[in-house]
Amino acid sequence: MIINHPILGPRDSAEFTYLGDAAMIDRPDPDTASPQDWHDYAYLRDNPAGTHRELWWHEGGDRSWLVITRNTLTHEISKVEIARDVARKMGRSK
Amino acid sequence: MRYSGFKVIKEALTGHKGWAPAWRDPEPQPHYDIIIIGGGGHGLATAHYLAKVYGEKKVAVIEKGWIGGGNVGRNTTIIRSNYLLDGNEPFYEFSLKLWEGLEQDLNYNAMVSQRGIMNLIHSDAQRDAFIRRGNAMMLNGADAEYLDLDQIKKEYPFLNFNDARFPIKGGLAQRRGGTVRHDAVAWGYARSADSRGVDIIQNCEVTGFKIKNGKCLGVETSKGFIGANRVGCAVAGSSGRLMSKAGMRLPIESHVLQAFVSEGLKPVLPGVITFGAGHFYVSQSDKGGLVFGGDLDGYNSYAQRGNLPVVEDVCEGGMAIMPMIGRARLLRMWGGIMDMSMDGSPIIDRTHIDGLYFNGGWCYGGFKATPASGYAFAHLLARDAPHPTATAYRFNRFETGHMIDEKGMGNQPNLH
Repeated sequence: MIINHPILGPRDSAEFTYLGDAAMIDRPDPDTASPQDWHDYAYLRDNPAGTHRELWWHEGGDRSWLVITRNTLTHEISKVEIARDVARKMGRSK
Repeated sequence: MRYSGFKVIKEALTGHKGWAPAWRDPEPQPHYDIIIIGGGGHGLATAHYLAKVYGEKKVAVIEKGWIGGGNVGRNTTIIRSNYLLDGNEPFYEFSLKLWEGLEQDLNYNAMVSQRGIMNLIHSDAQRDAFIRRGNAMMLNGADAEYLDLDQIKKEYPFLNFNDARFPIKGGLAQRRGGTVRHDAVAWGYARSADSRGVDIIQNCEVTGFKIKNGKCLGVETSKGFIGANRVGCAVAGSSGRLMSKAGMRLPIESHVLQAFVSEGLKPVLPGVITFGAGHFYVSQSDKGGLVFGGDLDGYNSYAQRGNLPVVEDVCEGGMAIMPMIGRARLLRMWGGIMDMSMDGSPIIDRTHIDGLYFNGGWCYGGFKATPASGYAFAHLLARDAPHPTATAYRFNRFETGHMIDEKGMGNQPNLH
């Protein structure tokens, strides 16, 4: 797979490390979340067959975190974003 | 029809006109006591033990494609019970014992071959860890044997003993481990279950569950609604896809694992060998091909094919311990979809929906577990209580903190 890095351009996916579903950006609020919320956040996944937004880390490159939209049935990558931009759009401070 | 040597000779002399299909091809009945979704190794094994051990009479196995066409038809065929943790080892040892009696139980030649498995040790710390694992295995009634360097040189003279980076320091052997003809496992269980009255319904896709007031009443399929008192799902690899139809999210990600077969060679490998410093395992099939594999590709996938970086990594692992493998040509390679769970261990449990049961999360160790998985799932479906060897495989272990994490990797499925 080739990942079209927003800053660096097309890079081999072997340079990256995979974390998982990008829903992990949306962490429960530690002041109000219940143990059940944390369980669901830490352990349950949608695991869709089709479009999947996921976190990749450019470990062998500029060490940026990316949110990649990829089809799990075809491995086709349709969108690559800087994770920080995505998180800020969701209201996170960083 | 019972198979026997006498039957083979008789048929050979009479033009092979007396063989019948090994299982029927029935249309679904409107209602069953128990429906099992998934006609793979685990689903068919469940049906066999339900009928034979638990005396269930009205059982159906529903399969989207043809039976044995999923991961039981695309794996590296290794059986072993060399686990460390209490939640796992008794279960896998139970499975290995069932493998040892499988062919007599099924009256089917599954080519169970206890040619042994040997895990190589490359550092002093690894030796300590493997000896500890060997002791855990023996405490649970399994066999384990520590091999020193001289024994390894004698038994496996072709290994690379001159590797400065990953020197071979010893090995942990399980002589009762080995390989099994994987397709024959599915066919043998199917034939046995069918002969005991289980309906095996192929080319019938489950499109949804009928759930009313928190109780599962049956399944919607491409052949119409089929009612059931209890529904068991055994579709590892596609568990996320199936269970989402019941509104469930699972502690599982689907990942692709690649495997490889070389051209046929004369016998060169005495058993299964695993590399302890990278991830590489290899055995030789009875047809002569070297069957080997390594790591997951590492990202969510349902594509049943992987990418080239892992091919390179696996082949590097092979060359590191067994340079002669470089002389063999690769014949074919494939990818299968694994249910990678959050702690690397499986789940055999009820769901929060009455009458709906789940078997999955086998990571890439499902094949060796086939008999015990079927047995334990049959026990759960018939008795509504977990089998004594599978009491740890519950959904709620992630809530209570009782994870069964052999490698200590945490909730990162691609690292298990």
